[in-house]
Amino acid sequence: MTYLAKSPWIIHYDASSCNGCDIEVLACLTPMYDVERFGIINTGNPKHADIFVVTGSINEQNREIVQNIFDQMPRPNVIVAVGICACSGGVFRECYNVAGGIDKVIPVDVYVPGCAARPESIIDGIVTALGILEEKRTKMVLDADAKAEHRHAGLRPEHISQTRGAQ
Amino acid sequence: MINIVWGLVFVLVAPVLGGLIAGIDRKITARMQGRVGPSIFQSFWDVAKLFEKENAVVNETQIFYAICYVIFMAFTGSLFFAGGDLLLVIFALTIAQIFLVLGAFAANSPYSYIGAERELLQIMAYEPMVILTAVGMYVVTKSFNVSDIAATTTPVILFIPGLFLGFIYVLTIKLRKSPFDISTSHHAHQEIVKGVTTEFSGPSLGWIEITHWYETVFLLGFVWLFFGFNPIVAVVAVIVVYLLEILIDNTNARVKWQLAVKSSWAIAAIMGIVNLAALYILNGGIS
Repeated sequence: MTYLAKSPWIIHYDASSCNGCDIEVLACLTPMYDVERFGIINTGNPKHADIFVVTGSINEQNREIVQNIFDQMPRPNVIVAVGICACSGGVFRECYNVAGGIDKVIPVDVYVPGCAARPESIIDGIVTALGILEEKRTKMVLDADAKAEHRHAGLRPEHISQTRGAQ
Repeated sequence: MINIVWGLVFVLVAPVLGGLIAGIDRKITARMQGRVGPSIFQSFWDVAKLFEKENAVVNETQIFYAICYVIFMAFTGSLFFAGGDLLLVIFALTIAQIFLVLGAFAANSPYSYIGAERELLQIMAYEPMVILTAVGMYVVTKSFNVSDIAATTTPVILFIPGLFLGFIYVLTIKLRKSPFDISTSHHAHQEIVKGVTTEFSGPSLGWIEITHWYETVFLLGFVWLFFGFNPIVAVVAVIVVYLLEILIDNTNARVKWQLAVKSSWAIAAIMGIVNLAALYILNGGIS
């Protein structure tokens, strides 16, 4: 087990949500649920975060913002879409200004449906995300090792993807 | 006079002790808020995690500044625990802080820029009080050497209670506790994101956390100096002071930087100068 699972820091972004899911996300931090006992902290900073929690659907105004926050997060990281709007667009799916769920812009790892998603299911989604976070970390280490190996073998970076495919 | 062994012990033991203190701090804070709170080892897991992350920085020199910050803070603390000159210790502390400020300025982002400016203001706010405290300790013990001050049989606290209270006041700034958590805040996301540490991530942020542990242990060692005549009293005093800081942290809202600077200087002027003047009159002049 890596330490990533013991200290997941979260950045929470409200992409055109009705605020219902946001209140449930914040409810997780209250004494009732107290997710800090698992080491989960709500940071306001994408550069410190491991898990990107998004509520609400994608529209033309937040498309770039969601992409930007995702780009600023150091790897490994996971994305959790909280609420049915973030998963698929929900009842707003057919609206002229809504593009759909968060996966229209960035790769979502965990979908937490619900309107609004209950704190229990949000916590469950985060715990599922921790497993994926560990997998990504393992993959990142393996990739770095593979790159180092190829560098020692005198191969240029462009050869790496081909040889890995052959393996 | 200088004991290298104690310096080395500090470099090795302080991160462990500081991390535990940070963990206990979070646990007590949670209990004060009616929560269960994380494990007391949470701080270690946080830092271990940061070292597992990608080292994404805006500017390569940020990493250099973060490393310098930890080196100079370790130097400050080890010089202090080795029994070095208190004035040199205080200025080494300032140099360490300046490296953090440079690291924040290097990123050139608005949030870390504001954080860096506020960090400089904080340094200006606490510095007069800390220097006056060193002066007070010299007047009482006739030495600037930490080894002499710590070994004295004079109850230092009884001679400089005003300076002690003033020092506790600026200790809140140094420990980055509310109401003076204005440069890097755990609770001011909407205002400055994370201030000076906004642009640090992964291992660089891990080094900054470790530096904070060093700093905590060093500052609590400074509190010890007031009670050096009796180790048992000193340990109790250090624990009480830290618990008081946690209580202040949990019961106060963040203030504006203007108030932080003005009030620290006012406290330094009133508590510090009055206390030193009283000592001067009682001694019949500083010999």
